[in-house]
Amino acid sequence: MFPLEVSSVEINIKGKRIVGPINLLLKQEGISVLLGANGSGKTTLLETLHGLRKLSKGKVRWSIPNKLAAKEQSFVFQTPVMLRRSVLENLMYPLRVRRFSKPNAIKEAMHWVKKISLEKKINQQATLLSGGEMQAVAEARALITKPKMLFLDEPTASLDGLAKKTIEDILVLAAKNDTKIIMSTHDLGQAKRLADDIIYLHKGLMESHCLKDEFLNSPPSDAAKQFIAGDIII
Amino acid sequence: MNEILQGLAQAFLLIVSLDSELIAISLRSLYVTLTALLISTIIAFPLAALIVVTRFRFRRLVITILNALMGLPPVVVGLLVYILFSRSGPLGVLGLLYTTSAMIIAQAIIITPLITSVAHQSMQGLWADYRDLLISINTSKPQRIGTLMWDSRRALITACLAGFGRGIGEVGAIMIVGGNIDNATRVLTTAISLETSRGDFSLALALGFVLISLALSVSFATHWFGKTERGGLW
Amino acid sequence: MIRILFASAVLLFVQINTATANQVRLAVTSSFHNSGLSDHLIPHVETDLKIEIQLVVVGTGQAIKLGKNGDVDAILVHSKPDEEEFVKTGFAKHRRQIMFNEYVILGPSTDPAKIRLANSLLDAFRTLSKVKTNFVSRGDLSGTHKKEIEIWKKINFKPEKYGKNYLSVGSNMGKAINIAVAFNAYILSDKATWLNHKNKGNLIIQFEGDQLLHNQYSFLPISKKRHSHIKSKLVEKIEDWLVSEKSKNLINSYIIENKQVFTFNAN
Repeated sequence: MFPLEVSSVEINIKGKRIVGPINLLLKQEGISVLLGANGSGKTTLLETLHGLRKLSKGKVRWSIPNKLAAKEQSFVFQTPVMLRRSVLENLMYPLRVRRFSKPNAIKEAMHWVKKISLEKKINQQATLLSGGEMQAVAEARALITKPKMLFLDEPTASLDGLAKKTIEDILVLAAKNDTKIIMSTHDLGQAKRLADDIIYLHKGLMESHCLKDEFLNSPPSDAAKQFIAGDIII
Repeated sequence: MNEILQGLAQAFLLIVSLDSELIAISLRSLYVTLTALLISTIIAFPLAALIVVTRFRFRRLVITILNALMGLPPVVVGLLVYILFSRSGPLGVLGLLYTTSAMIIAQAIIITPLITSVAHQSMQGLWADYRDLLISINTSKPQRIGTLMWDSRRALITACLAGFGRGIGEVGAIMIVGGNIDNATRVLTTAISLETSRGDFSLALALGFVLISLALSVSFATHWFGKTERGGLW
Repeated sequence: MIRILFASAVLLFVQINTATANQVRLAVTSSFHNSGLSDHLIPHVETDLKIEIQLVVVGTGQAIKLGKNGDVDAILVHSKPDEEEFVKTGFAKHRRQIMFNEYVILGPSTDPAKIRLANSLLDAFRTLSKVKTNFVSRGDLSGTHKKEIEIWKKINFKPEKYGKNYLSVGSNMGKAINIAVAFNAYILSDKATWLNHKNKGNLIIQFEGDQLLHNQYSFLPISKKRHSHIKSKLVEKIEDWLVSEKSKNLINSYIIENKQVFTFNAN
């Protein structure tokens, strides 16, 4: 389904330009990190690429029909959405939607529950988990369908170090197993740890799309320089 | 005051002695209202969920009308149902007038808007939470409806209780379409009306207390069963 | 799951409701029922004729409507002008007199309007129209109400002129009596309903025994020509039973508070 072609995409809300125009080509290899300060339009762009939001202008095109591409994607939201069910049932859900039999779904879900170390809580109401646990469930739930494309929107924004590590480790593993990952973050350290290529967003516009080292060593703009230096971007 | 005490005493005696007429009338009350409830929920729940997940032009209008229908006067519904099912009416050949079936229909008409509105309200809230996730997971519309209904089940049970309360205490409509016929369509509320006409207030009150106990028992039973699924694996 | 729910809903709904062939529906006026006579009489009819009789107890106006609509097989009411109209317009083949009782004027035991010693019914009503103490009217165009209207007309008095103490309640006899008790009011009632009524409060019979207070009950079978589904044969049997000797004995022997309440007068 790759590459993903994003051409002249603009997203306006109530007449105001939020994101764009953006031109972007996303290839299968590597972890792409969408970097930028808060309010730069990362969430809007990601959700639009995934198909959760409507474009005002331009096109988002996969190399296979978009309807088919939709089935190969998953999304992890910044605030995890837990179904009002047990942890196990949350994990099983995407498989049951795809008409997996119950025993098979349970098997897969148990496999993933162990990966995120929540075996002791399989029957607990997912809404009663800690923030980090919820995000881990969300991530596992996103990966359980073996998507070819995984979007993550600031997945570790409010998590402590241990939770953050758990999430990141799973991501790296997923990337090794043929899942293309694009994740947004405002955490430069995380970008340094995980990114292969960086897309830098400032006030809704894409200022650069290049390999990590290139971005860090020769920032494309003053805003990028400030960002890397750790200044507040206004 | 005296009559209230007499009524209480009479109610107690009637219940304890398992008065056969009382049992027959009470069972009939339950039968009519519970059947009406069953029919209503089959219509109301999926309808409410459908309105929640579908974007259509007159959505707000439909919701407003639905809420307004909660104020439909039962006696007017009774009159309309009578006209429909009268031998001189369009559905007269069905011969449903003065049967419990006509009473069930009238009550179902009365309680469906109530149940739909309450169900809609809570599923709407849940949908606000679930929407992006369920779209992202590529659920079909029927799957969305099913998920909303299942995850809202506690609130739906409350909606049922509201409908049950409205139905079990109703008298205007079922008096007109049922006729309060002895051994055929007499229920607790119509019997109360009859005894009031006869001036037998203590019996009327006694029947009233039986009705209250019945309604309370149903409510208690529902909540007791509700508990067994907490933390549950249904 | 959905299929089970749906199936059970349908099954429950359809259930026990099969109208049996030997089932007849009668609309009867509330005074026939609330007096207790129907409980005294009807079981005998059912046993003797092996017919299941379903009684729909409503006001005269509604009974006539039900008859016109064909929702019942026959009606038993007590409003001669309405009955004659009913026959004239072809809804019933005929009206058959069965029995009569009488109307009485109920009033507070203190008799504030002093009608107890009135010479005639019309005098009693004349006094009421002058004194204008609380008076409850059925107000529902029932047989009783129409009798009341007839009396006002005979003394040339328009009830609208009575004033705020004239309470037109639009209810059946029993509920109207309850209201009269609450307001300590005078009210025209049929004697049988009154004797059987359990909430007498402070009211007693203040006037009775006038020719005008005669209250005739008649049986009207609905015409099969108008409604082909009417169970005419069964209705005929019931009518024959109601005018029989056995019926006469049962009706005349019906006693409340040691008084005979109805008098059989079929021919």
